[in-house]
Amino acid sequence: MKRTIIPIGPYHPLQEEPEFFRLYVEGEKVEKLDIEIGYNHRGIEKLSESKHFDQVTFLVERICGICSTSHPFAYVQAVEDLAGIEIPVRAKYIRSIIGELERIHSHLLWLGLAGHFIGYNTVWMWSWKYREPVLDILEFITGNRNHYAMFKIGGVRQDIIKEDIPKIYKMCDDLLPALDLFKGAVMDDPVIHARTKGVGILTKQEAIDYCVLGPTARASGIDIDVRRDDPYAAYPLVDWKVIVMQNGDIFDKAAVRILEMYESVKIIKGCLEGLKKEPEGDIDAKVKEIPPGEGIGRHEAPRGEVFHYVRSDGTNRPVRHKIRAPSYMNIPSNQVAATRGTISDAVLTLAAVDPCYCCTERCAVVDSKTKKKILTGEDLIRLSQEKTEKFRAKINK
Amino acid sequence: MFRAGTPMASYIKNSIASRKMEIIEQIKEKLKDKILDFFKKNEQRYYITVNPEDIVNVSKILFSELNLRFATATGIDTPKGIEILYHFSHDTTGKIFTIKVLITDKKKPEIESISKIIKGAEWIEREIWEMLGVNFKNHPDLRRLLLAEDWPEGIYPLRQVDRD
Repeated sequence: MKRTIIPIGPYHPLQEEPEFFRLYVEGEKVEKLDIEIGYNHRGIEKLSESKHFDQVTFLVERICGICSTSHPFAYVQAVEDLAGIEIPVRAKYIRSIIGELERIHSHLLWLGLAGHFIGYNTVWMWSWKYREPVLDILEFITGNRNHYAMFKIGGVRQDIIKEDIPKIYKMCDDLLPALDLFKGAVMDDPVIHARTKGVGILTKQEAIDYCVLGPTARASGIDIDVRRDDPYAAYPLVDWKVIVMQNGDIFDKAAVRILEMYESVKIIKGCLEGLKKEPEGDIDAKVKEIPPGEGIGRHEAPRGEVFHYVRSDGTNRPVRHKIRAPSYMNIPSNQVAATRGTISDAVLTLAAVDPCYCCTERCAVVDSKTKKKILTGEDLIRLSQEKTEKFRAKINK
Repeated sequence: MFRAGTPMASYIKNSIASRKMEIIEQIKEKLKDKILDFFKKNEQRYYITVNPEDIVNVSKILFSELNLRFATATGIDTPKGIEILYHFSHDTTGKIFTIKVLITDKKKPEIESISKIIKGAEWIEREIWEMLGVNFKNHPDLRRLLLAEDWPEGIYPLRQVDRD
């Protein structure tokens, strides 16, 4: 059979991280996957060496537009680890609240996109509808819907006063019925089962070999979560669970994310209770100088562990700042996860690790005998949606 | 259908307290003669210096025998040479063990690749190769990862030209 190469990417208006995938297919089956990144390389590690420690917090916030707080979260912890700074308890609670609100809105965004890819546009619209109140509450707390600028070395920049707490509570309570709805829609629907169960499997051993992180690892039965393993901020002070599932397919990856949102709501409520007991205004450890040395900070972002390493030589700038985002480890795992399925599953499989991926624009099927046929991103999504329709018709018969 | 993890409070009590000493002792014992320097920054962060020639064996011990997770690697250009830090995470205790190697030959830095043992190290080695010019011997697929195709050969963005 002829081997066909399908290039996907690198740019698409829907995605914020351009990547380029080359799918080698024989018939319908995906045989090999080649991944190219680097289209969005902005040299932030190098830039960071020319900024002083406080400025870097704002710089790293701009790495990602979705999980914008993950990088400052890990960075300030790296500097605090370097300098041995203990932050006030109130600041810990506020950090965790921001981190979890972000996790909820990020998971809802992923759920919407995944719904769209398999042809469930209702899931897409509803999950983005319920994402809005989360962004509104972030704006209410921080002044910004995104890029919250809440973190600083030694604490946070703004307090959550007690008059604010009921409003955040109300948002959490309003969100729970919506989460129930999604849980029902995804977990009990036979069509979604047919499309996602046993598709794009990443086995536990492969997950270990590729060192994958976050929901991608937890869906493959690896029980890791930095929030629990290397306790920081307010996570050890409130009660919650780590969600782990065993099959490693797309269904489990979706289920992990949906169930995690319940835990996030639990953490936010626990933190709000904790905030009530702490004196208002004590949110900053007032750091003056950063001594020479090195430090490592980690944060469990919505997509997995964010890793920051900072080295200081005693001046006001870092001499080296290494940043490792979770997708850096998760995307290569597609080389095994996507090569077991068909093209119509590939879009969903590549999206299942949540690499901020929607890059199916500029996509062409190239026949080996130089006959070119252009297959746009819409065509790929259409292929995927048609498959869902087939299943739906079969099940509804 | 799914297995929920252990609740937070009991997890800290059981897991972290009981296994606290274990992993450090194990690492010290297994790496024994390879350790040039052992530095404990605090309870959760350890820095171990080894010879560049030992890196493959050390990663094999940490990754395959002791089941540590490879987090990432950092390449640093220092006046003494090029330092590579391999960060390994022990997830049951949340400790990070950073393996430091110093490649003194700055003209033609070389080190053995660990991608054969750890698949997840492939990309970061490619990145250090293009950013700092460290040649990873026996790497399965050593080509550019982040830099553009037309980026000039022999110019390494993360080398410290100004500070020398």
